[in-house]
Amino acid sequence: MSAQNMHIDSYERNWMIFSFVLLVLFAAAVSVAAFGMGIQVPAPEQRVDPNTVATDPNSPWSNPGLREVAPGKYDAYILARAIPNWEYLPKELTVPAGSSVSFYVTSPDVQHGFKIQDTNANFMVLPGQVSKLTVKFDKAGTYNFICTEFCGSGHGVMYGAITVTP
Amino acid sequence: MKQYQVSAAEKKFIGSHILVAVLALAVGSLFGPLQAFEHAGWDVYVYLKPLIKSYYQGLTVHGVLNALVWTTFFIMGFLTFNVIFGLKRPLKNIVLNKVGFWLMVVGVVAAAIPVLLNEATVLFTFYPPLKANPFFYIGLTLVVVGSWVEGWGLLITYFDWRKENANERTPFVAFASLVTFVLWQICTLGVAVEILTMLLPWSLGLIKGVDPQLARTYFWFTGHPLVYFWLLPVYISWYAMLPKQAGNGKMFSDSLARLSFWIFLVLSTPLGFHHQYVDPGVPPAWKFIHAMLTFGVFFPSMMTAFTVIASLEHGARKNGGKGALGWIGKLNWSDPSVASQLLAGILFFFGGIGGLANASYNVNLVLHNTAFVPGHFHLTVATAVTLSFIGISYWMVPYLTGRKLWQPKWATIQAWTWFVGMIVFSNSMHVLGLLGAPRRVPLNLAPYVPAEWNSRLFQVGLGGAILFLSGAIYLLVMYMTATNKERVEAEVEVPIAEPMQDPALSPVWLDRWAPWIYGAFALIVLVYGPMLFDLIKNIALTSPGFRVW
Repeated sequence: MSAQNMHIDSYERNWMIFSFVLLVLFAAAVSVAAFGMGIQVPAPEQRVDPNTVATDPNSPWSNPGLREVAPGKYDAYILARAIPNWEYLPKELTVPAGSSVSFYVTSPDVQHGFKIQDTNANFMVLPGQVSKLTVKFDKAGTYNFICTEFCGSGHGVMYGAITVTP
Repeated sequence: MKQYQVSAAEKKFIGSHILVAVLALAVGSLFGPLQAFEHAGWDVYVYLKPLIKSYYQGLTVHGVLNALVWTTFFIMGFLTFNVIFGLKRPLKNIVLNKVGFWLMVVGVVAAAIPVLLNEATVLFTFYPPLKANPFFYIGLTLVVVGSWVEGWGLLITYFDWRKENANERTPFVAFASLVTFVLWQICTLGVAVEILTMLLPWSLGLIKGVDPQLARTYFWFTGHPLVYFWLLPVYISWYAMLPKQAGNGKMFSDSLARLSFWIFLVLSTPLGFHHQYVDPGVPPAWKFIHAMLTFGVFFPSMMTAFTVIASLEHGARKNGGKGALGWIGKLNWSDPSVASQLLAGILFFFGGIGGLANASYNVNLVLHNTAFVPGHFHLTVATAVTLSFIGISYWMVPYLTGRKLWQPKWATIQAWTWFVGMIVFSNSMHVLGLLGAPRRVPLNLAPYVPAEWNSRLFQVGLGGAILFLSGAIYLLVMYMTATNKERVEAEVEVPIAEPMQDPALSPVWLDRWAPWIYGAFALIVLVYGPMLFDLIKNIALTSPGFRVW
C-alpha cells in the first residue's frame, strides 16, 4: 500500500490552503453580520389557514394596516394577494422618520414576494405562513415594496409604497 | 493505437440525445431574447398573442426547455458516451437505456403540450399553489424517471466491468460520469416526492390542497444539486478532455480530480436551504448550517479550477507558451470546441463569485429574487454549462455522425458572440438586481421602474440580441454539420487527457463507492432530516390550486 499515496503538488497544496482560508473568512464575515450586527433572515412566525386568513374577523389580516404598538414602533399587517387584482393591502403606508416597523405579511392565494427597496427587507410570502421582518426607517422618502415571486399575469404590476415623513 | 470503437447503434443512440437536446435549445432560446427585448422596451409578445399568450408563458417555455430539457438530454447522452468509451465496453442492456430515453422523450412531449397551450404557465420552478395541467407534472416525472432508467443502464454496465476488473482503477471519464448520475439519482428524490405525493394527486383532484412551504423544501432538495448535475459533466470535459484539445496537455492531478467528484457527491444535496433563506417556515439555524455547507461545496470547485488551469498550462508550455499569463495565447484557440470551453470557463469565474454572494446567508436579503439571480445563472448554466456543451458538440457531432464540422470559423464566431452577448446581458442583469429590479417581471410594463434603470434595461436587450444571433449561428452550424456531405477522413479522435501520474498509484479509497454514498446519506439525514420531519409532521394541505395566468 505504501506506493498508493495521494500525490499532491506543493502549488496545489498551497492553493487548497488558500481556498480553505478564503472560505473561512467569507463564513466569518457572514457570521459577524448575522450574529454581531443582527442582520438576520426571517424566522418561523406563525402558521395560518390561507382560506380564512383574510376573512376571519379574529385574523389581523381581515383588517390589514398599520398599528402603533408603542411610540415610534409599528406593526404592519399586510395581505399580498393575486385575486382579484394583484395587490398589497394596504397599498400605502405612512410613518414618521425614525420609526421601527415590523411587517407581518401573508397570502390568501399563491406565493408572492415582498421586497422593500433600499432596505434589507426582502422575503417570500407563502400561503399558510406569516413572514416577518423589522425595518427601521431613519431617512424620509418613499420606499416602494414590490412583488418578487411570480404570482400570475399581474405579477409585474404588484407593488405598494411606504412614505416616511420627516 | 486505435481508439475503442463505440458501436454504430450506440453512436446513433447517443446522437439522438444530442438531437433532442439541440431541438429543445432551439425552441427555448427563441424565447430567451424575447424577455430581453421586452426589458429594452420592445415587446414582441404583442405580435405572438395567437400562439403565446404572455411574457410569462414565454418565460416558462424558455426555462423548461433550456434549463431542464436541453441540459438533461445532453447530459444523459454525454454520460452514456463516457461510460461506454471510458470502460471500453458496450452497454450491458441497450434496450433498458432506450426505454429510459423514450420515457424522457414522451415526458417532454407530455409536459410541452400544456405549456404551449398556456395550461402550465408556472415557470420552471412550478411553485404551488399555482396549479398546472396534470400532464405537466406527469411529463416532468417521466423525464426524471427516464433519466434514472438510463442511469441504471450505465450502472449495470459498470458492475459488469468491475467484476472483471476488480483491482483496476475506474477510468476517470467513466468514474466521474457515474458519480454524476448517482448524485442525480439521490437528489431527484426530492422533486419525485414533491410531485408524486402532492402535486400530481392534487392536480388530478385526488387531494384538495398542498403545503407550499413543504413543496418548496422538496423542490430545493433537488434544485441545487441539479446545478451540479449540469456542472459536473462540464467538469469532466474540462478535466479530462479540454487539456488534450487545447494543447496536448495532461491531467495535472487525477487523484484530486476524483476526490473533488466525491466531495460533490457528498456535499451537493444537503444545502438546499440556501435557496430558502427568506422563506418564512424554516428556522434561521438550519439556513445558517446550509450556508456553511454551501461554502464547503465551493471548495471542490476551487480544486477543479486549479487542476484544469494547471493541465491547460502544462500543454501550452510544452508548445512554447511563456510568461505568467502569456501561455494562454498558446492554447488552441482556433479550435471552436476549445474556444467555446475556454470562454465558458472565463465567465464561470464570475458566475462562481456571484454564486458565493447569493449563498452568503444575509447578503441574500438584498439579492433574493432580484435580476441578480438570472444574471448569475446565465453565467453558470447558460454559459459555463451551455457554451461548454456547445463546445463538446463541435467535436462530438462529427465523431458520432462521421460528418465534418461545417465551417469551424463560424463555430468560433458563435463562441465569441455568446461570450460577448452574455457579458453585456449578464452584467446589466447583475447591476439591475443590485439596484432592486425583481426577476421574472416584464420590467417594461412594471409601474415602479425608475429612470435610472433604463440604460441597463437597454443593455439587457442588446445582450439578448447578440445571444440570439449566436444561438442562430449554432443551430446553423449544427444543421449544416448533421447534413454535411463532406465526411471526416478517419473517425474523429476522442480527446482524452492522460493523467500525469499513473491512476493505479492513487489510493484505493478514491475508487470505493460505499463510504461516500453512506456519507452523502448521513449528511442528508443530519441536516435535512429534522426539518423535513418537522414539516411533514405538521403538514397543512390547506392551499387549493390557482390558475391566475
